[in-house]
Amino acid sequence: MMEYVEHPTRWHRAPARFRHREGNGGPLRRDPADRLGGGVASGVAAWKGFNVTTVRIVFVLLAVVTSGIAVAVYVLAWLVIPAAGADRSIGAKARSDAQGIRLAAALASLLILVLLVVDALNDSWLTNWAWPQVLSVAGLVLIWRNAPADERATMRHLVQPLEAATGVTAGAGTPHRRAALRLTIAGLLLLGGAAWLFSVRGSIALLRPLGGVALIIAAIVLALGPWWLRIARELVLERQARVRAEERADIAARVHDSVLQTLALIQRRADDPAKVIQLARLQERELRSWLFEGRVPNELDADLTLAAGVRQIQQDVETRYGVPVEAVTVGDTELDDNLRALLAAAREATINAAKWSGADVISLFAEVEPAEVSLVVRDRGQGFDPEAVPADRKGLAESVQGRMTRRGGTATVSTAVGEGTKVTLKMPRAATIQGPSPAGRK
Amino acid sequence: MSGPRVVLVDDHGLFRSGVRAELGRQVDVVGEADDVQPAIALIGELLPDVVLLDVHLPGGGGQAVIQAVKDAHPQVRFLALSASDAPEDVIAVIRAGARGYVTKTISTAELADAVRRVAAGDAVFSHRLAGFVLDAFAATPSADDLKPSFDPELEQLTNREREVLRLIAQGYTYKEIARELFISVKTVESHVSSVLRKLQLSTRHQLTRWAAERRLN
Repeated sequence: MMEYVEHPTRWHRAPARFRHREGNGGPLRRDPADRLGGGVASGVAAWKGFNVTTVRIVFVLLAVVTSGIAVAVYVLAWLVIPAAGADRSIGAKARSDAQGIRLAAALASLLILVLLVVDALNDSWLTNWAWPQVLSVAGLVLIWRNAPADERATMRHLVQPLEAATGVTAGAGTPHRRAALRLTIAGLLLLGGAAWLFSVRGSIALLRPLGGVALIIAAIVLALGPWWLRIARELVLERQARVRAEERADIAARVHDSVLQTLALIQRRADDPAKVIQLARLQERELRSWLFEGRVPNELDADLTLAAGVRQIQQDVETRYGVPVEAVTVGDTELDDNLRALLAAAREATINAAKWSGADVISLFAEVEPAEVSLVVRDRGQGFDPEAVPADRKGLAESVQGRMTRRGGTATVSTAVGEGTKVTLKMPRAATIQGPSPAGRK
Repeated sequence: MSGPRVVLVDDHGLFRSGVRAELGRQVDVVGEADDVQPAIALIGELLPDVVLLDVHLPGGGGQAVIQAVKDAHPQVRFLALSASDAPEDVIAVIRAGARGYVTKTISTAELADAVRRVAAGDAVFSHRLAGFVLDAFAATPSADDLKPSFDPELEQLTNREREVLRLIAQGYTYKEIARELFISVKTVESHVSSVLRKLQLSTRHQLTRWAAERRLN
């Protein structure tokens, strides 16, 4: 079954963690399967045969003793040591990311400037701690820009509580609340600074070195300011370009799902004029409503319920592929994003069955239970050997399994050659529980 | 050998002749009727093993036939057929006493199988009916169902019955269900019969209310 193929590293790595005395003998690799940050600690543990927790504690102690240098070392290790299974390190990839290197340098210089100022004002353990972090910040920027998606997700996960606390992200609070927070912090800083200045007014001589610091800051800002601004602007442009590229990919996917599929069907049914006309009309209607009314094809209406969504899949597949679909739904509920993803996955699975199974009927069964919604797509067709599916033809794995797991659901495929295929999708429900039957009426 | 003796009751002549032609070799079709009154008379006269009964008949619907016949001739068994799949009709005809329900789109082989099963005293659930039953029995009984006559054993499906119904709703045959759940076909049949009994005898208001709610579906 496909479920178990997903984390092969976790499977064969597990015994290594209990072997405390001897290492795995191989080269040092970060272990992305068992990580808190970059997986450096678990990589070292597996390499030398230590207990992961011990290695982690040693890292933390080192960070304290070396006043922060160990943190920078950790980040460098993250950058330099390749992940297990990857052929090159993030650092190797980062070397060709000129934009990222410039951004890292800019951030580092900005941080150095801030530290210079703080250093000039008072000299405490805090600044000693902060100096190595210039390196950490620069390293983290490069990692962020060049790490694979799953490591980025971990990083995002790590900073989430921080973002929520300070309200940096767009997601945290309304714009009003964020503006209020910003103004409050600015006000507090201003008050603090003013109070400090007034308190030392008696000995104005003490302020004299401050003038020198101010001059240096002005010089640096004058020298580096335009460069910082340019990098910031480039970042914005880069972001816009990425958004455009994503849009293009999205349009390509939609055209593939609708127009190209229909054209393929029309070619296959060229001998049946009535069917060809029906398909062409259907496609025309869909295309028009997409181009001129902004209704996205194959996307469900906002006020649809689950049962209506299942009916829609049934009708679509029947009209497009000419394979009867027997749909049974038990209970009903309003749709949220998770359930929409469930329906999208079910649609893919049903279309897959219609296209490849050769079965003369497909059954679609949806059941709404208090804790979860399950959907079963089953056919008695030819089935397939999951191991034999070539890597570039994983429609089922990617669009069905991927869609489900991203939303916290599960997808199980049981099939064998000649045995038909059964795809079971389960999505946990949000807290709102509806009665088992009220919706679904017109 | 001849299969079970069958009477066809349907107001569409075309459908009757179609079924007769298809089923003819596997069961013994002894008579046809096109409405409630002729059907009652014919069944009383021929006493067939199974009556294939359309849910929709001009003179009162399929359940009128069952109600008129079942007291006098309890040995005659009914298998309901419908094109509409409206839950209200289906539940009504099952509660009147039909031993099963199948859609008119069913394949000939499956229909012959269903007729034989009903003749043998078993119940036949289409995937649609299984879905209806799961839906209707999903909620816990409401307060006004908890009257003295309330029999908790009758008002609730067991987990095993639920599992069997789920698989029927997914288009599994009894044989496939037996293999999937590691039980015998006989056990599957007894689970389905038990569900049928609950469906017919339940005092749940839920059932009628639920069916009525679904009317405009």
